[in-house]
Amino acid sequence: MLNITKTRDNSRLSVALEGRLDTATAPQLEESLSGELDNITQLTIDLKSLDYISSAGLRVLLSCQKKMMKQGEMIVCNPNEVITEIFEVTGFTDILTIK
Amino acid sequence: MKTLTVKAQENNLYQVLDFVDGELESAGCSAKSRLQINVAVEELFINIARYAYAPQTGDAAVSIDIQGEPPAAEITLSDSGMPFDPFSKEDPDISLSAEKRPVGGLGVLMVKKTMDEVHYEYSDGLNITTISKLI
Repeated sequence: MLNITKTRDNSRLSVALEGRLDTATAPQLEESLSGELDNITQLTIDLKSLDYISSAGLRVLLSCQKKMMKQGEMIVCNPNEVITEIFEVTGFTDILTIK
Repeated sequence: MKTLTVKAQENNLYQVLDFVDGELESAGCSAKSRLQINVAVEELFINIARYAYAPQTGDAAVSIDIQGEPPAAEITLSDSGMPFDPFSKEDPDISLSAEKRPVGGLGVLMVKKTMDEVHYEYSDGLNITTISKLI
């Protein structure tokens, strides 16, 4: 189960994720963001209520990061301890801006 | 040891994870290890579901055995699809910049890094992948 809450303020988009970002739910996030990132210069992805992430979720985050590097910035905030460790072992701490 | 056999299809993922997680929870496994083991099982099961029998489908069996002091969980996934060692591919280069990083290949890397031991063998027509971790 994944809940996605999007808040847009001009060229800023904030996306709060709640639940699981896995093989079953990652396509939902991909679809929810496709077409939404045009004209966005700051994308914030809030992981405060995200409990679980697998490689399918990492793939979506990396795709967003690649897109946002061309047009602005992406910030990932509030990952829990386990997700932080997953970012560390996959080198995502070096390529994402995590706050 | 308990075993669950399902069709190797992506829509059976939660059935597999509920089975494994239920056993880990009963054994008093920490929340952190539970999540790491769940991620590892997801990565391995999804690989089987996508590639082992493609374009047909077949069965996947998932077994879990928790033993020892301190206790360790040993989880085995097996299928009778095409012989494939999930750990044979070289790890992706995680020092590359975001622009150069390929979008895939991270699942098996996570399995290797978060489990204490990983093992693959092909025996009697079965791919047998085993992961273990102290819980």
